[in-house]
Amino acid sequence: MEPCEFPHIGEHLAPIMERHGGDATRLLQILREVQDCFHFIPPEAVSCIASHLKLPRAQVEGVAGFYSFLSLSHQGEYRVLFSDNITDNMLGKPELMQYFCNKLWVEPGKVSEDNLVSVDSTSCTGMCDQGPAALVNGWPLTSLDRNRLDLIAELIRMKKPVAEWPAMLFEVRDNIRRPGMLLGEPFEPGAGIRAMLARGAEATLSEMDVSNLRGRGGAGFKTASKWSFCHAAIAEEEGSMICDVGGNPERFIVCNADEGEPGTFKDRVLLASYADLVFEGMTVGARVIGARKGFLYLRGEYRYLLQPLEAVLARRRAAGLLGENILGETGFAFDVEIRLGAGAYICGEESALIESLEGKRGRPRNRPPFPVTSGYKGRPTVVDNVETFACAARIAEKGGAWFAAMGTAQSTGTKILSISGDCARPGIYEYPFGVTVEEILRDCGAEDAHAVQVSGPSGTLVSWQEYGRRIAFEDLPTAGAFMVFHRQREMFAAAHNFTRFFAHESCGFCTPCRVGTQLQKKIMDKIAGGHGTPADLEELKHLGHILGSMSHCGLGHSAANPVLDTLRKFPGTFERKLKALSFEPAFDLDGALETARKITGRDDEWAHLS
Amino acid sequence: MSKTITIDGKTIPFMDGQTIMDAALAARVYIPHLCHNPEFKPHGSCKLCTVKANGRLVSSCTMPACEGMEVENGTKELNDERRDLVRMLFVEGNHLCPTCEKSGNCQLQAVAYCLGMMSPRYNHFYPQREVDASHPDVFLDRNRCILCELCVRASRDVDGKNVFGLSGRGIGSRLVVNSCSGRLGDSDFAVSDKAAQVCPTGAILIKRQGFKVPIGQRIYDHKTICQVESQGKTGGEEDE
Amino acid sequence: MNDRKKVRIASCSLAGCFGCHMSLLDIDERLFDLLDLVEFDRTPLTDIKHCSPCDVGIVEGGVCNAENVHVLKEFRKNCKVLVAMGACAITGGLPAMRNNIDLWDCFQEVYQYEGGLEGGRIPNDPELPLPFDKVHPIYEVVKVDYFLPGCPPPADAIWKFLTDLLAGREPKLDYEQLHYD
Ligand SMILES: Cc1cc2nc3c(=O)[nH]c(=O)nc-3n(C[C@H](O)[C@H](O)[C@H](O)COP(=O)(O)O)c2cc1C
Ligand code: SF4
Ligand code: SF4
Ligand code: SF4
Ligand code: FES
Repeated sequence: MEPCEFPHIGEHLAPIMERHGGDATRLLQILREVQDCFHFIPPEAVSCIASHLKLPRAQVEGVAGFYSFLSLSHQGEYRVLFSDNITDNMLGKPELMQYFCNKLWVEPGKVSEDNLVSVDSTSCTGMCDQGPAALVNGWPLTSLDRNRLDLIAELIRMKKPVAEWPAMLFEVRDNIRRPGMLLGEPFEPGAGIRAMLARGAEATLSEMDVSNLRGRGGAGFKTASKWSFCHAAIAEEEGSMICDVGGNPERFIVCNADEGEPGTFKDRVLLASYADLVFEGMTVGARVIGARKGFLYLRGEYRYLLQPLEAVLARRRAAGLLGENILGETGFAFDVEIRLGAGAYICGEESALIESLEGKRGRPRNRPPFPVTSGYKGRPTVVDNVETFACAARIAEKGGAWFAAMGTAQSTGTKILSISGDCARPGIYEYPFGVTVEEILRDCGAEDAHAVQVSGPSGTLVSWQEYGRRIAFEDLPTAGAFMVFHRQREMFAAAHNFTRFFAHESCGFCTPCRVGTQLQKKIMDKIAGGHGTPADLEELKHLGHILGSMSHCGLGHSAANPVLDTLRKFPGTFERKLKALSFEPAFDLDGALETARKITGRDDEWAHLS
Repeated sequence: MSKTITIDGKTIPFMDGQTIMDAALAARVYIPHLCHNPEFKPHGSCKLCTVKANGRLVSSCTMPACEGMEVENGTKELNDERRDLVRMLFVEGNHLCPTCEKSGNCQLQAVAYCLGMMSPRYNHFYPQREVDASHPDVFLDRNRCILCELCVRASRDVDGKNVFGLSGRGIGSRLVVNSCSGRLGDSDFAVSDKAAQVCPTGAILIKRQGFKVPIGQRIYDHKTICQVESQGKTGGEEDE
Repeated sequence: MNDRKKVRIASCSLAGCFGCHMSLLDIDERLFDLLDLVEFDRTPLTDIKHCSPCDVGIVEGGVCNAENVHVLKEFRKNCKVLVAMGACAITGGLPAMRNNIDLWDCFQEVYQYEGGLEGGRIPNDPELPLPFDKVHPIYEVVKVDYFLPGCPPPADAIWKFLTDLLAGREPKLDYEQLHYD
């Protein structure tokens, strides 16, 4: 065995372990802190944490190896991760990243020789309206250009702690361009809870039902139904099960703030400036299903929001809106704990999110059972999107009919869109459902738009011929992303970027997605390199079929959407890249001789293949 | 036993709480599978057992059977897709059957034969994976691991040891061993563990057993995995 | 029989061990039946150096160096139907075991640590085919029409495959003829 690099690791870890107690569900939180401390997770720490939490070492290693913000090998003291969303790329990310690497003498994906800095790409960091963006040791850097990168490189060379860097580097603007009933109308903290208490929990569920609110996280499941399923699961249990001390079996309410879909950043703004609305909605939901504990699962990219959100929670506790006997109502107890993710898109999928909340690898569970009957720690759990809870707070306050009067019959209320890409005014737009793509493009100042990726890579690519389509569950459902592409953009590049995203984010649990997303990416790389043939397009369609039909969860099901949509709607963007030949080797023949040429020093005619 | 489902038109009884796979296994109807072993909790990762139940594609090893469910299993469409999944498993690892002691007894290979896989078709990944020969009685060759987690489940649920786990993500997922060095020899793994017996492939092999049964006389050399499994564990009985 | 045009077959071994060709010879007296139907172009049996237009090309072995590519492309260009015969042509086979070893380490082991003919030097003679980083199956380099697995494929499998093909049937092996080992 190699000599121990950190013989006294136990002492370093003691304060962290103490803060989290012996609670194994906090494993991910512990690992995040260890990563912050050492810039990686030393093997000694893995053993130490395992014995402290009484977990198998392999399980701790398994969790540490799953999340991309955790690392089992040395990373630089400064880890700079450039957001790799297509919108960042369109704003010049590749050149900027190369520029930055050259400045710091480091190769992308590698650690500098002095262990000072490592530079790499990461999936969309949710700053598409102010890209190109990056994270330094987890803190967001926005609106990057050469000047800013010069400064950042200098700060790194001077080894200035990130906490002491100029604040303007970390400025994140809300960019609210079109407020509606969620973003535009004043909200007095407690108004929703008060109205609910006056009306009663059951009647509030009826209001939710009348509102016809559907989940804003993408799937569009009716929220009142989810809440009443959870209710029913509990009622069924109460007949047969032993209750805990409070007289109720434990149940949980979870706010899904993972917002990992590239191009989506509306939850960021809700949490930054409308957190009261979100926590209020959670509290209303908690009362309806009888939960005493809630979680906000915050994506690691948004850790900068952690302290402000904790402050909101503290303020709410002080105001009697959280904690015991909320607003004086005896027995109404509820509180929220925030847990951070660590770079894994799959943890937005509700059952993977629950696994992650439990401190495990984020892999989607088998269903049935569904979270409403068996969620966090096997207990009934409601998982809803940030915006869904914000809507719920408004509904509690103003009633279901008021809400249902907005939007369309099947899609009531408003939808917050996060608009980015080729438009004059990227940012946050709130519309009643039913708005056409054309109207939105006009509002955000998108000229000569060729296409829009609605709801991110797993959503729908809308071509210029379809701009009459409407944002609504019955036409174009969306979790909020709206990425605009100008006529001069190469749509192939977007599809290529999205296949890279899925290959990077596949959790690896099931065969079709683990392998299929890689195969898909390899073919797209081959086409991008100018070696594609019509046979490769057939192969892409075939893979798309397998991914769509055989995968375990939504990630795999939609991983081929961008390629299939682009092939259907913009076939030319592929065809222009293809060779006329019917077959091209799978790998670069001449390139595969390069190592041997170097070793032998040969460069003769026979040492090359065309 | 009043409740039934049909699989490819054949009526099959089931009890509440049974999955489609449970019912099929009890009735000796073969649904291809690799990560399922009725001795352990269903896992649902290989997706070979995908069937069409009432028109929807589901994993039969995890989907509860329900009254009147109509299941399609042996259709050309499903078998074509399963063959592609098997191909994916071949190319993502390093499966050089001629060099493998498991050949002929290997379920991955047997399913591939059964589905008539003539070539892996996809391009090979040729990943770098570790071989661990540190244990006195057992080899661990990750080149052949298909991440079915049967060893993980067996060690955890039967042996009570947690010798194995999974780390990494996506295509970087890999089997890890519960010891400080990460080596099997430094764990408390024993050749008598259940986990030493369950690997469907040649990733976990017991030492000094090589070629005890000659090639040509192995489980799947003359009988397909479908025939072997439909005869049941006791063997010999005829299928109605 | 004689007035029917014979099917012209070429075959070669790339990164293989000629085991598949040996297995072909194992069809024994059926070789005579085969010769009634076919004539051989370039094969290890005929000493013809280059392949001319053929009906069927049969390739044993994977692709491990630049010369393999030239031969393989010549086969693809000249053969109406190309068959990958054996594990090496289909998966890289035994030669692909080197894919886990760095090429530089391979060279050092062979030429420097072992001494050898070149006196510890790595040869740079243009006559020597330059090796690839990794060994690949042939279908990753050219389009392949049929696959005949096995290490080697049993003689019966080769016979069944060829007779199917020559009779214009879709080749189909019996269960016991399909083997990867
Ligand atoms: C791969 C994947 C990623 C997801 N990411 C998110 C996410 O980031 N935020 C979210 O609210 N829902 C996400 N979802 C949807 C959730 O699984 C779940 O449906 C949602 O949180 C339910 O809340 P809602 O009913 O309020 O929409 C994702 C689903 C999948 C399959
Ligand atoms: S579809 Fe992809 S993300 Fe979902 S379980 Fe399978 S491997 Fe994981
Ligand atoms: S594990 Fe099975 S498929 Fe893999 S090499 Fe061994 S016999 Fe072949
Ligand atoms: S070692 Fe064997 S049993 Fe364990 S996960 Fe890999 S293939 Fe499955
Ligand atoms: S056997 Fe059902 S998914 Fe593997």
